[in-house]
Amino acid sequence: MRIFDPHIHMTSRTTDDYERMAAAGVRALVEPAFWLGQPRTSVGSFTDYFDSLVGWEPFRAAQFGIRHHCTIALNPKEANDPRCREVLPVLPRYLAKDGVVAVGEVGYDSMTPEEDEVFAAQLALALTHELPALVHTPHRDKARGTERSLKVVAESGLPPERVVLDHLNEVTVQEVADSGCWMGFSIYPDTKMSPPRMVAILREYGLERMLVNSAADWGRSDPLLTAATGEAMLAAGFTDDDVDRVLWRNPVEFYGQSQRLDLSELAGSETTFAGSSILRGGS
Amino acid sequence: MIDSLRAALSRTAAPPADSWLAASTARVAAEPGAIGVLLPAAGRHCGRAPLADPPGWRADDAARVLLLAALPLRGAALAEQVRTLYRYGDADEKRAVLRALPWLDVGDRCADLLHDALRTNDTRLVAAAMGSYAAHLDDSAWRQGVLKCVFMGIPLSVVDGLGERADGELATMLAGLAAERQAAGRAMPEDATALLHRLTTG
Repeated sequence: MRIFDPHIHMTSRTTDDYERMAAAGVRALVEPAFWLGQPRTSVGSFTDYFDSLVGWEPFRAAQFGIRHHCTIALNPKEANDPRCREVLPVLPRYLAKDGVVAVGEVGYDSMTPEEDEVFAAQLALALTHELPALVHTPHRDKARGTERSLKVVAESGLPPERVVLDHLNEVTVQEVADSGCWMGFSIYPDTKMSPPRMVAILREYGLERMLVNSAADWGRSDPLLTAATGEAMLAAGFTDDDVDRVLWRNPVEFYGQSQRLDLSELAGSETTFAGSSILRGGS
Repeated sequence: MIDSLRAALSRTAAPPADSWLAASTARVAAEPGAIGVLLPAAGRHCGRAPLADPPGWRADDAARVLLLAALPLRGAALAEQVRTLYRYGDADEKRAVLRALPWLDVGDRCADLLHDALRTNDTRLVAAAMGSYAAHLDDSAWRQGVLKCVFMGIPLSVVDGLGERADGELATMLAGLAAERQAAGRAMPEDATALLHRLTTG
């Protein structure tokens, strides 16, 4: 099973996770910029974070033979803080980078006027930089948040096939399916979506435009739930090719619209050579 | 150096890379601010294939160095532009800036970029910081850079002027690391052992 995790926050994960992910078949991933649990208070902490997403984190992933890409944006929660909104003028610098394959996570948290403005402004950036957009749907008031997000996407001028709405569930999937946007599902141990429920959704809605991710981060989450979903699909009668489509070809198709995916095999020499720094060298 | 880089890139990259680079260097020469979007795009247009020479360089490194060399700026103004590009560069751009420093008219104004690179744990940046521009590091920082290469398993061949600059103090530091490694039952890289031997017996 080859796996492309289209949404995982590796900054919060250990090298043990990278090792287990590689063993489970993860060969590539996308790390969306999001909030870090602790609110930020200045542009500098955003740019340092973005630097890590295009610098240190891909380097760390490469030690395990995993291609790391990212998405860049001001997330909806912190869009409400004027100190954080000052990062918006800096975003174009990062949207020009090789490893940046979409604008995201954008969308709504509490559906405030500030979030409206920042969401629309960043979809406009996706349009000018010819990138896809990753839209986070809110935890609270999710159904109305999803509906409102689809309206903002429609007004943005971005073609629906360049947009994914993420963290969907049984209640929100239908209207996103109808919109022509991609559908993202975050498989979590307790919340959001589970492997058996995911399999039921795939049965009902088909495999087209479907993205399955672990969204693993600093909270209770599991980077191997993509693989577990693949296993659950097989157990339910889906074929190996179906699993490959959902866990590899679909994310490649979606993020491939950026023209920036690098899925070449990582050279063994680089991995060994660079491995020293993760092993910490020393005595 | 700049001409040989251009030739090496032409031999490696596909023809569209040549025309992109010609147009982009011309644009940078006329409009220096444009380098902010052209430098990150170099790998997408010129590829990342290894060059025959210099060893360890890739096509995108050469393209980025040529873009930097096309900036119509000198001295403090050039240094400021270069520092901004490094600040906002991804790891590949940072490496290219470090590699370009010896060929840019910035004097010692960008030596702090080497310190930044040497503070990272990214072998690509640490290695790039120990090229010929490291002549602007003071002896203490330079020795720490050499030792960090040994510690991280970076071949000492990346260190410019190693034979001339290695001194008794570096030998003492290498001997200390060798003693720690021996106590832990771990090996020293062969090139470091050879250097220590030369410094202590030569």
